[in-house]
This record gives sequence, C-alpha cells and structure tokens, in this order.
Amino acid sequence: MQVEKQFKPKIVAFCCNWCSYAGADLAGSSRLSYPADVKIIRVPCSCRVNPLFILRAFERGADGVILCGCHPGDCHYSTGNYYTRRRMTMLFSMLDYLGVEKGRTRVEWVSAAEGVKFSTVMNNFVAKIYELGENVKLGDLRCKK
Amino acid sequence: MQRIGVFVCWCGSNIAATVDVERVAQVMKNEPGVVFSTDYQYMCSEAGQAIIRNAIAEHKLTGIVVCSCSPRMHEATFRKTAQRAGLNPYMVEIANIREQCSWIHKDKEEGTEKAIVLARAALAKVMLNAPLIAGQSSVTKRALVIGGGIAGIQSALDIADAGYEVDIVEKEPTIGGKMSKLDKTFPTLDCSACILTPKMVDAAQNEKITLYTYSEVEEVKGFVGNFNVKIRRKARYVKEDVCTGCGACMQKCPSKKGLNEFNLGLNKRTAIYIPFAQAIPNVAVIDATQCIKIKNNKCGLCDTVCAAKAIDYNQQDEFIEREYGAIVMATGFNPIKLDKFNEYSYAECPDVITSLELERIMNAAGPTGGKLVKMSNGEHPHDITFIQCVGSRDISGRGKCYCSKICCMYTAKHAMLIRDKYPDVNVHVFYIDVRTPGKNFDEFYRRAVEEYSVDYIKGQVGKVYPEGDHLVVQGVDMLANEQIIHKTDMVVLATAIEPDPTARKIASMLTASIDTNDFITEAHPKLRPVESPTAGIFLSGVCQGPKDIPETVAQAGAAAVKVLGLLSKDKLVTNPCVSQSNELLCNGCSMCQNVCPYGAIGYEDKLINDHGIRETRRVAVVNEALCQGCGACTVTCPSGAMDLKGFTNKQIMAEVDAICK
Repeated sequence: MQVEKQFKPKIVAFCCNWCSYAGADLAGSSRLSYPADVKIIRVPCSCRVNPLFILRAFERGADGVILCGCHPGDCHYSTGNYYTRRRMTMLFSMLDYLGVEKGRTRVEWVSAAEGVKFSTVMNNFVAKIYELGENVKLGDLRCKK
Repeated sequence: MQRIGVFVCWCGSNIAATVDVERVAQVMKNEPGVVFSTDYQYMCSEAGQAIIRNAIAEHKLTGIVVCSCSPRMHEATFRKTAQRAGLNPYMVEIANIREQCSWIHKDKEEGTEKAIVLARAALAKVMLNAPLIAGQSSVTKRALVIGGGIAGIQSALDIADAGYEVDIVEKEPTIGGKMSKLDKTFPTLDCSACILTPKMVDAAQNEKITLYTYSEVEEVKGFVGNFNVKIRRKARYVKEDVCTGCGACMQKCPSKKGLNEFNLGLNKRTAIYIPFAQAIPNVAVIDATQCIKIKNNKCGLCDTVCAAKAIDYNQQDEFIEREYGAIVMATGFNPIKLDKFNEYSYAECPDVITSLELERIMNAAGPTGGKLVKMSNGEHPHDITFIQCVGSRDISGRGKCYCSKICCMYTAKHAMLIRDKYPDVNVHVFYIDVRTPGKNFDEFYRRAVEEYSVDYIKGQVGKVYPEGDHLVVQGVDMLANEQIIHKTDMVVLATAIEPDPTARKIASMLTASIDTNDFITEAHPKLRPVESPTAGIFLSGVCQGPKDIPETVAQAGAAAVKVLGLLSKDKLVTNPCVSQSNELLCNGCSMCQNVCPYGAIGYEDKLINDHGIRETRRVAVVNEALCQGCGACTVTCPSGAMDLKGFTNKQIMAEVDAICK
C-alpha cells in the first residue's frame, strides 16, 4: 500500500541584497515567522535573476518561485528592478501558458525596513502554494530520483 | 578539486536552540567536496576564527562555508579570517541559518532540515567560487549631513574641525532644529538658546561648512566614498545672498494669518518671515500659500520696502548636484500627532497643550513673552497638571510601544521652573514610572519633589474634559488605590516622540534600513551604534532612537569620527564582484551597454582566436572601476557572454539545484 506523503513544497525565494534580503534579516531579528519551506538565495539585484534560474527551479521540482526586490524607484542600482518587472511579466505569462499557474510565481517589492511585509508575503505565498499543491509541469524526470 | 571546510556556529543559543548544529555539521561532513566540518559556540570570536584558520592550514582548504548569522553581519569578518589564513577572501560563503532560519522557526526538526539545505546551497556555491582580487576606488573628501538640528550641527562642526568640507541640508528655513525651540535644558537648567545659538553661528561661519537651508535631499546615487546627491533648494522667494535680515518686510506684510511654525502654531506670523530672531541664516522666506502677491498678484509691499532688493516672486526651486564621500543622517524627531487620543481633549481645549508648546510659552521669545498664561483667556493659571507617557509605552496600537526617554526629565524641569517662577501655582504629575537614568538626573527629579513640592501621582489619566473655565482630570492614584477627579487650569501632555517623517524617505534613498518604528537601524546595536549597515551612511541623534541632548551630542561626535575615518582614506577597497564578458561568446550587439546604469561597458576591436580562427571582433569590455555588480547585463546578454563574478550563472544554478534537491 502506498502511503501518501505529506506535501512539503519547495519554494525558492530570490532576494536582492540591498532591500529584500535585509528585509528578510529584519523579519528574522524581529522573530516574525514564516514557513521553513521558503529558502532564500541572495542576489545582488533582482535584475540578476535570469529567467533561466526560474525555469531551472521548476525543472528541478520547485513548487513556487518568488522574486523580491527593492520598491520601484528605490533600486540600489537605480533601474534594476524595472528590468525585473518587465522580464518577469513576460516570463510568468509564458509559464502560465505552459501550465505553471500564475500563483506559483510572484514578484514582490520588500524594502530593508519591511520585515513585517516580508513575513506576510512569504506566509501568503506559501499558503497559495499549499492551495495549488505539487507542481507537475516542467519537472524534468531525469532530475527526480 | 575543491577542498571545503564547513563551520557551523551555535551563536550561543540563538542558533543552537532551534537548529541541531551538531547534526548539521555531521551531515555536511559527508557531502561531496567537504573535507572538514565542525561546530562551535561562537564562530565569530577569536577562538572560533582560530578554528577556521587552523582548519584551512591543516586540511589545505580551498574554500569555506560558515553557517551562521546573516552575511550582512559577519561576511566581512569571515573573509578577513580566511585572508589571514592565506585563503582568498572570496572563497567564503555564508549560510544564513540565524536570521533566515533559527530565529523564525520554532520546531527544531524543521529548523535543522532547513539549515542543512541552506548549508548545502552555500556549499554548492562555494564549490564554484573563484578567487577574486578587489580593486580600489577613490574617496570624495566631503561629507553631507542631512538635518541641521543639534545632532547635525555637532557632526558637521566636528568633521569641519578635522579639516574636511561638510554640507548641511536642512528642510526648514533655519538650522537649529528642536533644540532651538526649547527654553531651558535639564538637568542644569541652562538656557537652550545660550548654548545652541553660538554653535549655529560657528557652523555658519566655519569656512569648511556650507549650509543649504530650506532644502531637501531629492536623490542619492552612488556608493560609499562616491555618493552623488541631488539637493532641492526650495524657492524662498527671497535672494538668500542679498537679504540682510533687517526685518522691514515683516513689519509691512499685510498677510498675518500664517501659523507660526516656530511657536508650534500658538500664534500667527506674516507671510514673509524670519523664523526667529537668531535664525541662521538670518534671511526672510515667503510662505507662498499666504503671500498675496504670489497668490493674487496684488500687494508687493515687501518688494517696495526691501532696501536690499532681495525679493524675487518668480524664484523657482533649484537643484544642485554634489559629490560626497560620506553621509550623516541627522533627521531628528517630532512629537506624535494626538488625533487618536481624544480622551485628553487636546483638539477642543486650548488649555490642554503639549510639552513642546509649554516650552514655547515659557520661553521669553515665545508667543506670550515667557509669561505662563492659559491660552484660552490669557489668565494666570493656579493649578497645572502634567500627564506622562501620552502615546509612549503604549501597546494599544494608537501610540508608540517604546519609551520616549526624555519626557520624565523635561516634565521635572517644567514642574520645577513653574514652581520656581510662580510659587502660587500647584503642579501635579500623573506618571506610570519615573525614569531618571543619567548623570545628575535622579537628583534633579528629587529636587522637584523635595524642594519644589511637585505632587507626583502614580497613575494614569482616563479623561480630561472642560468644565466652565477649568479642566477636569479623571485619573487614578494607584498607590492609594483610589480614583481622582481633579480640577485644574492647564493640562500638559508629555507627548511621545517619533522619527521625522522624512527619515523613511531619505533612508530608502540611501538604502539604509529602518525598524518598525521608523528609527534608522544601526549596523550593530552595541558595537556599531552610529553606522548604518549600508556603507558610508552614519547616524546622529534621535533618527536612531530617542535620546536627550547630551547623548545626541555624544553620538553626533561619534558619527563624525566614523566619517573622518572614512574620509581620511585615499582609497577604498572596491567590490570585485563585477561583470565580465566572455570575448569568445560576445557578438558585440550592445544590448548590455544599453541596460548598464553606470556606463561601465564599452566596446573594443580585439583580435580573437576562436578555435583556431583568428579574426578581429567588436567585443564588450567592462570597466571594473565603474561596474557596481548589479548583473542587469548578464540577463540581457542574448549570447550568454556576460557573467557576474561572485554570483555567476553556474553558482546561482547550483544553489537552485541544492535547494530543490
């Protein structure tokens, strides 16, 4: 008899070093919890996130990918998050078309001061992923053991 | 082949309480590439660093992973450790298992598993790290101080004293800040103006200091040592360099309805005004919302009477751009708004005032000429009641959860001054606790009680309401355990203080972090209290947390020292994590050049040897001094020729793989 495994989503969060990563640190030092399913990867700027990284995550079995950057206008590198916004709009519609629902991908602006927002965003996003369940699209069977 | 060492920190119980650090170290020991793995109570301590250094030497490590606090906290520490052991400092990766793991999770099993995943991701990344050599950048030998209160003035004077140029940007028409509004200062009761105005004059006359009053920071670009700041000089409608401050315009101005900001709106002022007699610069400013000439194109009296011909109704906001090496935040505070505290009838009763308003009333240059009168009818009060902690230590959500720190002392000061000048006035103080930590502070408070017979009542006030000519205060005396209904003439509210609203905006321009109360966060609350985590940004005064004048001055000096430490360097070590182009892949399309915000990418014709074919191609070349390492070009490049050192495509992919494993 096959025992149904409890769903533990894999969620990758890309955070820019200057705002969102600091926001995540602030959430930590303020002890504002969010589910352990979220694993953060630090990037210098949200515009460093190549769409390929997101495709790779889904290919490797991620159930959700969230990208956090500075608020528009506040980018440490002036304009990086504007590129992010445009690139991700395109990528996410394409992913949606391929069957990776829009709810699994998200861009959020979290400043270094917004520890509370970081925690809220992560809680909401994880709740959404639980709602959507396991991601079956794009997963490369060769990557699964 | 890489030989990696993994070092798991307990951080006392900060990490060890929710992460089984020993298990993390055990699991990591068996990961491919790892030749050494251990855990220790405090990795950042000298003993912890010695463990790392010894392991690097003993096991010939080529890279290390430190599982500890945020890289924003100790990445630099561990890079130095690696460097001391002869390892390239960029062969270090940090797995953030404190802020992003142990502090936010409660379940130890869950926390440990996450910590292992984070450690694996860091390991996957460090396996692909390459040694990097940092370059150097120049330092602009000039500092900017934002805010011209006592904090900003003191920082600027100290920096200027050491021989460096400083600019002060102040949003009000004069420097001086809140301290210029105060009458006396505790615990010495010396006159605030007498100790502040000489400093204001010093700042104005110091040839190293440039004052930009009535100005605001509009935009900040750049990085430590090389900030580029755009300053908006708001239109004064008066030529600052021409006006002599004679005040003739103020005497003639027919528009007298503007609220006098300096006196907190307790009286009126003319549309053209000098904020107060000792203002620096002593130059008039026109309030465009009140000026009849600007609003309706009538009047023009001030222009007629101005002998210096300083009036310019058509003046526009001007923008100037300047380069700075360091920036000091000294944005100060404001008392909170009382619109959520209707129980004190502040909005309805003119005799219910805030402490800062009382400060103006008691001041000889204030709206009543220093005479203590009821604002409703000008009569002398016979009974005054002070209410402490109005919005401070308030967890109801209406006020501030923190202690505003200065109120206990200034209330004792007010009570004492009133009893001294008007012995017929009875003074009562409702308090939750009297907090007097500070040199000569408790002695000062005891004098108020013992020598001046100020009636301190431990208890809170539930309601203040008018009754005839008087006010009624309903409160509780907690020590006697009885309700008090007390008839009084004036009520003074010790209003909580909060950071100036501009602090949030400026902090976000500077990418400096702020806490949930909008106070600017320090790089370390104990060890780096005057620095922001963002390099080159320093903190002075109440923008960092509530503090009194001596503490503010001390902190302002400390911030100045940190600025001097930076400005005295000729070169700063730059971030070597910059873009590089793979000439073999580059097709010279210019797309990277278009997205680069720093103009760091140029093109050169280079002789390329592509698999034996030698030809001249136009390829991208990154200027490493200009590149800040955002990575925009890496994603734009259609041929994948651009990559970011320290955050390469392969490294990030490896992290993704490790997390999704």
